[in-house]
Amino acid sequence: MTLYGYRVPMMASLLVWCLIWEIVGQSGLMFLVPPLSSVLMAGVTMVQTETWQSAALVTLHSFAVGMALAITVGITLGVLMGRFKAVDELFSIWVNIFVSAPLSALVPVLMILFGMGETTVIVTVFLFAVWIIVLDTRAGIQHVPNSLIEMGRCYGASPFALYGKIVLLAALPEILAGIRLGLVRGVKGVVIGQLLVAIIGYGELFELYSRSFDMENFWALTIILFAAAMLMSAAVEAVEKKVDYYAGVR
Amino acid sequence: MTESTAPVHAVPRTEGDSAVEVRSICKYYGDIEALRLIDLDFPRGKLTTLLGPSGCGKTTLLKIIAGLVEPTSGDVRVNGKAVTGPGPERAFVFQDFALMPWATVMRNVAFGLELKGMGKAERQSIARHYIAEVGLTGFEDKYPHELSGGMRQRVGLARAFAVNAEVLLLDEPFSAVDEQNRRKFQEDLLQLVEKERKTFIFVTHSIEEAVYVSDRIVLLSRRPSRVAQIIEPKIDRTASPDAIRRDQGYLDTVEEIWQGLKHYVD
Repeated sequence: MTLYGYRVPMMASLLVWCLIWEIVGQSGLMFLVPPLSSVLMAGVTMVQTETWQSAALVTLHSFAVGMALAITVGITLGVLMGRFKAVDELFSIWVNIFVSAPLSALVPVLMILFGMGETTVIVTVFLFAVWIIVLDTRAGIQHVPNSLIEMGRCYGASPFALYGKIVLLAALPEILAGIRLGLVRGVKGVVIGQLLVAIIGYGELFELYSRSFDMENFWALTIILFAAAMLMSAAVEAVEKKVDYYAGVR
Repeated sequence: MTESTAPVHAVPRTEGDSAVEVRSICKYYGDIEALRLIDLDFPRGKLTTLLGPSGCGKTTLLKIIAGLVEPTSGDVRVNGKAVTGPGPERAFVFQDFALMPWATVMRNVAFGLELKGMGKAERQSIARHYIAEVGLTGFEDKYPHELSGGMRQRVGLARAFAVNAEVLLLDEPFSAVDEQNRRKFQEDLLQLVEKERKTFIFVTHSIEEAVYVSDRIVLLSRRPSRVAQIIEPKIDRTASPDAIRRDQGYLDTVEEIWQGLKHYVD
């Protein structure tokens, strides 16, 4: 972007909003919005506390387990749906319902099924992330050119080699896009799961700070969460860029 | 694996010996009859072309020989053995190249050998030989998207040679290659046919291409496809490529085939 002939650096818009936040905070118009500088300072102190560290660990653990499940199940189901019409017809209605359904509404039901503990949070992460991974994997598999599969068969690929060496790699750009979108949804899932059900980890801290109107810590917590989600998504995107050339020449 | 790596020359070759026999092949796609009672012999060590109007089922027949498509009835024999699926004695060259975009030229060419479980050093040395054979030395570490269409198909051809199959099935290999590269490629193919001594089955819709490269041309009729005519061009292959293209026998054969196919074109 250029403004009055000057090239504006990429993060400039972010700086503008940070500045506005600081001004609004300093003016003391809304007690909900403390100045950004004090939020950042609160953040630095917060990450050093044991409360935050253990909360982050609990959260990270639920998130990692839920995502690992979502990626495994999502890719498997997506491959099956992409390759076999019967599986596709059997599952596509559910995948399409769940991918757009307000899953938060289901979380209390999950609590009844899985109890008040970490299991519910893991299931929530899984349910938030898995559907988009299924859909994207399925699309990727359907885009694998038939001739590549015929090539594998011609040159004697076993079914295992056909999937491991050809089909999954050919669908990799779409699968990665699915994982990236799934990660972002999974972050939502972990917080919603912890907030609504099991008051543990990050959810517990959110609950604590918002109840006591400790806005500095509340916003610091939010910023750390957003930054983590964005970093993960950017990391996957970087890998995606590396395999981008596939799509054109497959 | 031992059969496939054994030298092709070990197979006894006699006059009139057929590498591939096609017997009473019929193929229906739903209600559409694509092939009707095709009977053909493909002589060993020769290049036979399947030529016909577009949509006549040439590629279907080739894929049936490859074992990729099941015929509705009839059978295919390779060296007297009935075909039930793809096998190591046949290699396929695809119209759209079917290269793996994430793999280098080296890995693509060696892929057939990799699937057979051959060790890396061994398969790479074989692949390197055929990469040189098709004129791609120096491009071993390039990726398909860095190559032109003609070069990509050379990779496809090298991959087919590398597995040392007796029968090479080529499905319109030059149709996605631009005209000038195609001519050069056809000339190179003739040399490789001469050198490799394999049985080639070639599908094309170009009459000139068919006459230029083939020992035998099988003309297929419009759907439902049958063998309309078999032509053996009498052309002196030892002449230079340019001399062949001006040869009277070449031009007459092209004309003869065109007269035969003309009434299929609307």
